Amino acid sequence: MAMNRTVHIQDETGPAVTPLKPEGGREEMAAAGQWKLIWHKFIRNKLALVSAAIIIVLYLVAAFAEFLAPGDPSASRPQYTYAPPQPIGFFVDGGDGESRFLPHVKGYAVEVDPESYRRTFVPDDEQIVPIGFFVEGAPYKFWGLFDMNMHLLGALDPTQPMYLLGTDRLGRDLLSRLIYGTRVSMSIGLIGVGMSLVLGIVLGSLSGYYGGWVDTAIQRLIEVVSAMPTIPLWLGLAAAIPLTWSPLQVYFIITLIVSLLGWTGLAREVRGRFFALKTEDFVTAARLDGSRERRLIFRHILPSLTSHILAVVTLAIPTMIIAETALSFLGIGLKPPVVSWGVLLQDAQNIRTVSSAPWLLVWPAGAVVVAVLSFNFFGDGLRDAADPYES
Amino acid sequence: MAEISAIGETGQRPHTGGPVLSVENLSLDFPLRTHILHAVRDVSFTLERGKTLCLVGESGSGKSVTARALMRIVDKPGRISGGTVTLNTDGNPLDVTALPDGSKEILKLRGGKIGLIFQEPMSSLSPVHTIGSQIIEVLRLHRDMSKAEARAETIELLRQVEIPKPEEMIDRYTFEFSGGMRQRAMIAMALACDPDILIADEPTTALDVTTQADILDLIKRLQTSRGMAMLLITHDLGVVAEVADEVAVMRFGRIVETGDVDTIFHAPQHPYTKRLLAATVKLEEGRKAAQGGPAEWSTPILSVREMTKVYGGGTSWFGKVPSALKAVDGVSFDLHAGENLGIVGESGSGKTTLGRLILRITEPTEGKITYRPGPGEEIDVRALSKDKLRDFHRQVRLVFQDPFASLNPRMTVKQVIADPLVVTGGMSGKAIEDKVAHFLELVGLDPLAMERYPHAFSGGQRQRIGIARALALDPKIIVADEATSALDGSIRSQILDLLLDIQRQLDLSYIFISHDISTVRYFCDRVAVMHKGKIVELDAAEKICTAPEMAYTKSLISAVPSPDPRHKRMLHRHRFQA
Amino acid sequence: MIRYIIKRLLYMIPTLFGMSLIAFLIIQLPPGDYLTSMIASMTQSGQNVDPAQIALLRRIYGFDDPIYVQYWKWITGIVTRGDFGHSFEWNRPVSELIWDRMGATLSLSIASLLFVWAVSIPIGIYSAVRRHSISDHVFTFFGFLGLAIPNFILALTLMYVSYRFLGQSVGGLYSPEYTGAPMSWGKLLDLLAHLWIPVIVIGTAGTAKLIRILRANLTDELHKPYVVTARAKGLPEHKVILKYPVRIALNPVVSAIGWVLPELVSGITITAIVLNLPTAGPLLLRALISQDMYLAGSFILLMGVLTLVGMLISDILLALLDPRIRFR
Repeated sequence: MAMNRTVHIQDETGPAVTPLKPEGGREEMAAAGQWKLIWHKFIRNKLALVSAAIIIVLYLVAAFAEFLAPGDPSASRPQYTYAPPQPIGFFVDGGDGESRFLPHVKGYAVEVDPESYRRTFVPDDEQIVPIGFFVEGAPYKFWGLFDMNMHLLGALDPTQPMYLLGTDRLGRDLLSRLIYGTRVSMSIGLIGVGMSLVLGIVLGSLSGYYGGWVDTAIQRLIEVVSAMPTIPLWLGLAAAIPLTWSPLQVYFIITLIVSLLGWTGLAREVRGRFFALKTEDFVTAARLDGSRERRLIFRHILPSLTSHILAVVTLAIPTMIIAETALSFLGIGLKPPVVSWGVLLQDAQNIRTVSSAPWLLVWPAGAVVVAVLSFNFFGDGLRDAADPYES
Repeated sequence: MAEISAIGETGQRPHTGGPVLSVENLSLDFPLRTHILHAVRDVSFTLERGKTLCLVGESGSGKSVTARALMRIVDKPGRISGGTVTLNTDGNPLDVTALPDGSKEILKLRGGKIGLIFQEPMSSLSPVHTIGSQIIEVLRLHRDMSKAEARAETIELLRQVEIPKPEEMIDRYTFEFSGGMRQRAMIAMALACDPDILIADEPTTALDVTTQADILDLIKRLQTSRGMAMLLITHDLGVVAEVADEVAVMRFGRIVETGDVDTIFHAPQHPYTKRLLAATVKLEEGRKAAQGGPAEWSTPILSVREMTKVYGGGTSWFGKVPSALKAVDGVSFDLHAGENLGIVGESGSGKTTLGRLILRITEPTEGKITYRPGPGEEIDVRALSKDKLRDFHRQVRLVFQDPFASLNPRMTVKQVIADPLVVTGGMSGKAIEDKVAHFLELVGLDPLAMERYPHAFSGGQRQRIGIARALALDPKIIVADEATSALDGSIRSQILDLLLDIQRQLDLSYIFISHDISTVRYFCDRVAVMHKGKIVELDAAEKICTAPEMAYTKSLISAVPSPDPRHKRMLHRHRFQA
Repeated sequence: MIRYIIKRLLYMIPTLFGMSLIAFLIIQLPPGDYLTSMIASMTQSGQNVDPAQIALLRRIYGFDDPIYVQYWKWITGIVTRGDFGHSFEWNRPVSELIWDRMGATLSLSIASLLFVWAVSIPIGIYSAVRRHSISDHVFTFFGFLGLAIPNFILALTLMYVSYRFLGQSVGGLYSPEYTGAPMSWGKLLDLLAHLWIPVIVIGTAGTAKLIRILRANLTDELHKPYVVTARAKGLPEHKVILKYPVRIALNPVVSAIGWVLPELVSGITITAIVLNLPTAGPLLLRALISQDMYLAGSFILLMGVLTLVGMLISDILLALLDPRIRFR
């Protein structure tokens, strides 16, 4: 069979490509360390980036709660119970047919339902409550250290009502409570995950490194704990908190309970990665280079684990937030006067309350969902970027 | 052979004249995020009945994609951007590229007219269906058979591909088959509907050399007796020389040279073809041995006696673990100063375990290792404490197989190479840096690259970094475990030359573990052949490769394909019955 | 196969033991015991407390025994006589109180599990095969939302929505007219009308997770060589996918019972409290608040056992599905 003998003599040096986007920075990436590569991979995920921004905002809110909240979260005004949210207006009628710029909210007028004799509030167009930035209002101790009374936003006259998100059963400002609740709920997530992390890393590393019966015992423990349905367990543990404990003690014990049950996933993840890394060639190589156990772990294994741990930790935070919220909602977690999102939701337990004052459900629930979603997206983004070396 | 010729009815296919398949100017693009990859460019070739065309190229040259395009099973986002594939099996030419996706004609052609075998025997069959059910499915799909007929036919097919006890094996699952057996089952499936064309995509790459010889044999016999056209894709020029009629050399998506097998091997035109051939042929002769070592070796620097490693065999909660596996079984050898000792064997022969036992990465069950760093000094390696073992590891170093896994991706090249120096301590930062630069130069890399991370380097360059790390502590012995197996042909010989070069400059001995006989022949003075945990033969490399004595060694050596179509080796090879 | 099941059963024993320890720990955890809290409330309301009677009760209930003796009495009572202890609040044996409630929990778990599978399997397959299509993105979005909304918030929201827009009050499992009535078609329909909210509430998170898992697994499997083999045989595309990769990607979905079930039971607990369903949850909460610890401990133990049995079933199913496990 005669086959045409063809020879393309020119010798090529690489695969043929048509670039669609300008390519650059190859040289720069050659000397890029793991975090730089992770960052490059992470910022491609816009959703994760936006979520990260939201999380930062939430923690800023938590940090500056006193200043950001228009009022005192526990100051109740019985004359304004279940007052609905007020819309913000920017212009008022100047009296001469022209409008004048004046940021304000409308005051309330009381209407009594002739059938049920229930008082309801409606925004009153006649009453103008001027509002502004950096107003003086209820005094507070910023971070428990400095006496201040400056608030980011508030009514110019602090005796006037300004309830942008409405009020609750006792006439307390929901916005202020939500902001203070952010501090408690978001910090529980962070501290809880911190505790989980310590537990998870210590036990996971022990398990992964020593193997054998240590591993078996720890694995058994993880198995038992993770086979138990979490909420009944949380309930059981939380119910044991003595009623006499101070809110701060309760706060820490609840965080501890939430983290106690959250570490299993972390430990499992760390263990799995540890086992995988332990047999990696580069770890064996390091051992043959003369590295002792400690150097092996801290110089070779842990740096490869950190980005993964960070991702898992981020993904564990929302579980903690949900756990706290659920416990407080059921009345056996945090209790008033502490304010958390879960405590706020407790007010929304009754379907009648919700139907007459839906904002009591909408805002705290919205806060929980936004926080949890952001952590999930952010964590997913981190996880995808955590190993920049896999193709 | 008698059995095979019994199916020879297909030898007399209606000969319609002309090629059974012709590809003209086929081009394939992969639109990716940042660029379009032109995986195949203007490729043309023809397949004829009873003939074999080999598509040769290194990884990434576009050969597999080309083959799959013939059956229209290119993975997304790949698409055919030009050219025609004309199939002519019955006198009615059919343009395969023009058929709509998922049309009946395409489905009929897949498995019916074109059969496909490919590389991964471990994953190319479904793990949760029996072998039989997967073959029966093809028969019922294309040949309109009843279940019982299809089952009988499947047993017959399994018998034809020489699977023992086909009546039993038909109901077994994939994981109960060995690699070679799976590949046979795969062949049975591809041939079930008596296709006109067989595409074999690296069918033997993942197999041991003796299994490779068996499978190639089988494919070749079945092809001849059935009069099929075959497209064989491979990177191994030895395989090409053994089975090809025609050869097309592919590089970067283009066919750079085509011609009949003899011309390609004996009068190559294209520089790339020449380079490929040179790299292969070079390994056919022993270079190290040609340098000539001392006629008489002095006292050995390392002696291994009765080394044994047993896995399993203990008891568990649920009774005895079925069988203890002797991975290494009473192995003894000596390594002399300046010597290159090859350890060669197929997968599962225990050669890698042996390497790890010598370094005590894995603790031996029994045996003795004696290391003699200088005259009169004698160290019992198995009795070393953890600290002393670290000293031993400074003098006896390991080079790993996988250049990607063996370098910590999170450390710069400088940190990787300097790590052993830092651990040893007692050197200033500047001194370490100078040393790293020196070793980088020694392995042929630019010292300026030391601030880079491994991901910026190619496989061959990474292996050089790994070698530099091994050299950093002025070792006496280097154990190279399949150190060149993950590399493409031309780079492989560069690394081998580098290792020999370094040996000439530094006073080194190598233990070179490999499954590849030609590399061992090129690199080693003496070779130990391992089989089932034992050394079956240990002799000078040239002797082992040209005049082996033991039956197993004979079968192993004769199974290595020879990269010369004028001297086909495999057809009259020795067979070894264990 | 039988050997495999026996092995699994044996493995369950230490886990069961661990669970009973945890349950007992929870029983013992609150400071004091039921008697101390009873005394406290009695003195508070001005009643006289007879120390002799208290001492008698202490002895009967063995509150003065060392802790391991108490555990031994408790666990042997359960294992040998089905005696879970005494509910102080109801003044009845715990075993009389729990079985109905556990039965309701079990039925609701099964209904939710079926819901989870019925929704997640088709959507997971679709999303993997049509990756990055618009519907895939929509499903993914809802999946994330389902993961992010805690059970009880979803329950409250659905309750609010159905109260506000459907005019239906959705607490409980039956309308008042059917409560206590014998089973009939009407009652069954009524049950279904009430069941959808809890099932959706409980199943949403699990569904979202399973979709993600199935999508990820199937995406991996779709690129395995055996899929190319199947395609090269000439099978039509839908058969290629359903017969091979889907079959293998379903394994983790089946084994997911192991972790989905604890989550479902967990979800049922809190959802039932919000929706006032007659499952174990509300009673458990009440028992915990009033420190009726034997009742509470029994519920916690039984819920653990329920998930363990679920895991056993998933192991067995998996072995049936996957010969690689069966033959090990």
